[in-house]
Amino acid sequence: MAEDSSRLLIADDNKVNRLLLSRGVELLGHRFALAENGRIALEKLRSEPFDLLLLDIEMPELDGFAVLEQLKADLHLRDVPVIVTSSVEGLDNIVRCINLGAEDYLPKPVNAVLLKARIDASLEKKRMRDRQKAMVRRFATPEVADDLLQSDFALGGKRIHASVLFSDIRGFTALLESQGPEETIDLLNTYYMLMFDAIGSHGGVVSQIMGDGLMALFGAPLPLDDCAGSAVAAALEMVELIEQFNLERSAVKKAAIRIGIGVATGDVVAGYTGTQQRATYTCIGDTVNLASRLEAHTKVAGHGILIDDATRRALGSSVPMQALGEVLFKGKAAAVEIFAVAAAQPD
Amino acid sequence: MDEPVIDRAVYAELRDTTGAEFLGELVDTFIEEGPGMLAELRGACADGNAERFRRAAHSLKTNGNTFGALKLAARARELELKGPDAESARDAAALATLEAEYARAVAELKALRNG
Repeated sequence: MAEDSSRLLIADDNKVNRLLLSRGVELLGHRFALAENGRIALEKLRSEPFDLLLLDIEMPELDGFAVLEQLKADLHLRDVPVIVTSSVEGLDNIVRCINLGAEDYLPKPVNAVLLKARIDASLEKKRMRDRQKAMVRRFATPEVADDLLQSDFALGGKRIHASVLFSDIRGFTALLESQGPEETIDLLNTYYMLMFDAIGSHGGVVSQIMGDGLMALFGAPLPLDDCAGSAVAAALEMVELIEQFNLERSAVKKAAIRIGIGVATGDVVAGYTGTQQRATYTCIGDTVNLASRLEAHTKVAGHGILIDDATRRALGSSVPMQALGEVLFKGKAAAVEIFAVAAAQPD
Repeated sequence: MDEPVIDRAVYAELRDTTGAEFLGELVDTFIEEGPGMLAELRGACADGNAERFRRAAHSLKTNGNTFGALKLAARARELELKGPDAESARDAAALATLEAEYARAVAELKALRNG
């Protein structure tokens, strides 16, 4: 995070320019590497991390415009800030750089004071973006996080077919009373780490955490080929991870924890809700309510994982399950068929 | 009064921001690289390669501006904007002027570095 830890790549075909820019960068306390043309610059960017690219336009083999185009199309490199340093003729060429995603344009010969200001500003912006990314990644897989960042967190929803998963810890209130707050937070942290692993590894994204409960989405914001199958696979892995965790707990004479999971599949309205200052990716609709009811019903049914009929139909016969008949849930006009997946997990 | 070969204000600012020793190295690099750029320009002219011609002229323009060799930069810029002539012989005079300007710039840069 320290400013002097920044590493810059300087791409310029002219040796005098390379020397001059590297001197400027060095005097600002940054480290640098050099590239003699656009092709070499891209090779270096793809093989080592850089915080900023100082890019010339007129270069043999691959010019600066082509480099900007390739960076823009590269998911891993599109966020590397680029300052174009050139004496290219014509305002249209400068506009073209900016349109291709360059952060800034500095005419050559580059003024040292301007260079410092632009580099500082670009690095600060990058640090902010990196922090934002790190935060999003805590709640989603890298793929989902990239998708979210790419859409720029546009508020507003769309109707999509997805599976919704709710889970929480059975008897958590009693557990709270039997142990200190530090121990509870430790337990929750481990629990969330395990649950996030299971959900993320099956393409899901955790959209909300509420105390000991969480809500995850499969099929949104990124489409999944088999959202129901992925959600149920994640549910099974969650139960399995909790069982392993319980083995560790019993070794230190701690009570086992139990979780209940509900999965429902159908159309949901998903997107960012909130304000520009504080927004969350979530989804709403009957499917969400049903998944929540199913999760709560695991206590009554004595099964760890309950799913609705739409999820069951999507799964086919690949997963063993047991029909539990129809249940009339609060807030629902008609009774719905429910099914238990895999081994029963008694309360 | 004639425009100076090297603009002293530009040169002084370059020395102040990068350091006298570094500037000496930078001048040496320009003296090493310059003949190659001029040869590239002549070669591109003979081959009628507009892309290489423009790029070589662009490089000389940029370096000229860096050191305050403003006349050299102006001549190079004219060539960059114009591109090679369909009849390469017609560029001969312009190239000779540019080379003479380059030689004057180098001589004065050497004098400034040693002075």
